[in-house]
Amino acid sequence: MSEQPSNPTPPSNQEPSVRTSAHSRRVFLFKLSVALNAAVGAVLAVPLIGYLLGPAIKKSTGAWIALGPLTQFPIGETRLADFRSPLASFNDGDTANTACWVRRIAAQQFQVFAINCAHLGCPVRWFAQSKLFLCPCHGGAYYEDGTRASGPPERGLFQYRYQIANDSLLIHAGEMPTLATQASCSKPMPLIQLSPVDSSVASSVAAKAPESAASASTPASTHTRSEWPA
Amino acid sequence: MASLRQRAIATYNWLDLRLGLVRPLTDASTHPTPANSASWLYVFGSAATVLLILQVVTGILLALVYSPSANEAWNSLQTLNHSIPLGWYLRALHGWGSDFMIAIVLLHLLQVFLFGAYKFPRELTWIVGVGLLLLTLAMAFTGQIMRFDQDAYWGLGIGASIFSRVPLIGAQLVRLLLGGPIIGGATLSRLFTLHVFVIPGLLFAGVALHLWMVLRHGVSDWPMPGRIVRRSTYQQQYRDLNASTGIPFVPDAAWKDAVFAAALLLAVMACAFFFGPIGPGGVPDPTIIQTAPRPDFAFLWIYALLAFLPTSLETPVLMVAPILIIAALLLLPLFAGEGERHWSHRPVAVLLVSLIAVTFGIFTHLGTYTPWSPVMDAWTSAPISPKLLLNRTPLERQGALILQDKQCRNCHSIAGAGGQRGPALDAIASRMTEDQIIRQVLQGGGNMPAYGNALNPSETKALMRFLMTLRGSNLTSAIDSSTTLTHPNPPPPAPKTP
Repeated sequence: MSEQPSNPTPPSNQEPSVRTSAHSRRVFLFKLSVALNAAVGAVLAVPLIGYLLGPAIKKSTGAWIALGPLTQFPIGETRLADFRSPLASFNDGDTANTACWVRRIAAQQFQVFAINCAHLGCPVRWFAQSKLFLCPCHGGAYYEDGTRASGPPERGLFQYRYQIANDSLLIHAGEMPTLATQASCSKPMPLIQLSPVDSSVASSVAAKAPESAASASTPASTHTRSEWPA
Repeated sequence: MASLRQRAIATYNWLDLRLGLVRPLTDASTHPTPANSASWLYVFGSAATVLLILQVVTGILLALVYSPSANEAWNSLQTLNHSIPLGWYLRALHGWGSDFMIAIVLLHLLQVFLFGAYKFPRELTWIVGVGLLLLTLAMAFTGQIMRFDQDAYWGLGIGASIFSRVPLIGAQLVRLLLGGPIIGGATLSRLFTLHVFVIPGLLFAGVALHLWMVLRHGVSDWPMPGRIVRRSTYQQQYRDLNASTGIPFVPDAAWKDAVFAAALLLAVMACAFFFGPIGPGGVPDPTIIQTAPRPDFAFLWIYALLAFLPTSLETPVLMVAPILIIAALLLLPLFAGEGERHWSHRPVAVLLVSLIAVTFGIFTHLGTYTPWSPVMDAWTSAPISPKLLLNRTPLERQGALILQDKQCRNCHSIAGAGGQRGPALDAIASRMTEDQIIRQVLQGGGNMPAYGNALNPSETKALMRFLMTLRGSNLTSAIDSSTTLTHPNPPPPAPKTP
């Protein structure tokens, strides 16, 4: 024999005390349901926020990548080279192509500069005759060794670490270089902070007046490979 | 059999019984508004809404073809421009509509500020409006990225560089903006999501809230000198004004909004037709470095500002100034919610608007021709005028050649051709002595790099000889006053040259 559902008394016919207790019970249940949803929502939010902030949290390791044989980079010259970012994704298209400036100081001594101006990231260009890198955006200028020459940049050009293997030049490429992210990012080593020309350097340059200077010389400061351990 | 008219009425009644929207919509559209607010200066808000609808419609149509992938975005825009019938026109409507929308929203903000319409009880309406302005600018920035050309790529680089200056979390913010370690497919995807889903959604919600509050508090009355806004009396005064002079918004006041909206749409259509779509520029390949990135018109003033800020102040200003500006806009009605509304009694407000308008205008103008930037090809494209080589010695002519060869003209102009980063050299010898020029060239200083390592002594000597011939319209050479003190018989001035 099946149990018939009881016919509840309509609220309007209930005693006031019964209605009050029923109401307070429903209010409690409603608050409980709100708390339950808040808890479920918080649990749900963790993976959603984690997904959203994933790129910010993930640190890229970068990789060594070949720029080409050493013969492509004559001693004493600065050449434009490009490479495919080792961090490229399947849908990056041309944007994963990256340019850099390679300065060969000596047979085994290089400087590899990021293309991005240290001011706001625009592509700097090398002017061999004036021995300057110039930025087309806000006019930042850098000497041939990457030190800041003039304009708004706070520091010198960003540099990649390099190594030579099998007569090829390799650089360690990672994130897009900015003041907070490093061009080479496998080591927790900060990018070198290249200081602007100070008064002592200016004095040494001033000494090269036409009457006394012998000839154009190497830049005031260079950063050797030893500063960039592989 | 029922007539067509009877069927239509029956259908209308059927729908209205279920929707119940006719009455509230009628009440909203015919809400009373003071007769003095039915002005041509009160049409910018509705015009901005019309432009938003235009942007949504054209944006949806563009999304039918546009591919938000770093591999394909640029090509899909080329397809829209050249292969899809009227695709170019849709792109032009969307691009010009964006520029017009920014201008109209700014005009709306300006009018509301000068009319004191942000005061009680419309403080929150203003605050939401400021949010809508920021969202409109965000749409413009992300829209520029959707073009995904060289300007978009390097514009993202500029954005990332600015983010990187935030203390402690700069690197995380850069990665969050880019969606990864470099500018690429993930960057475009997330900015596309912002441009198409997130920001428009916020815009719709903001516009709805803004409109709701306009209906709730009514269109602000035309400000009158001496009529002071007080929290205790304003609402009663407004009701009295409406009772005595109120007119239904539709149709008595709305016809001006409609006429202006139509004129505005025609203007957008005309610009789109005659000037065409905006971009895309070069392929977003960062190995192509022969480019001079520029932001869109709305952001040129920021671009210019970043060229003039002192290096030591740049990061603090970039971090603090936006917060202060936005906070000032948001807090304005909370601190100035009462008082005089008429502009003739608010000189500080008028002065502020004038100052900001002139400042924005100057910086935007500077941003259009970037005098601070070197002209990268000036040394090969701007020959030295033959007049400056006439009757010169071989050494002086050699100096002219060195000036050209050492790319000095990228930053300095002669005879009106060349860069403007440094001073024009036409009369340099009348302003600086030879010693001063030598020191400046070799040591650098101010905004000029040192050329000590780029010039050998003979080159320096030849360059100096040429520069000393540049005295404008036969001005006299600059004289070191200390020379006259130390040498009783100063050397004769250099001969005048034609």
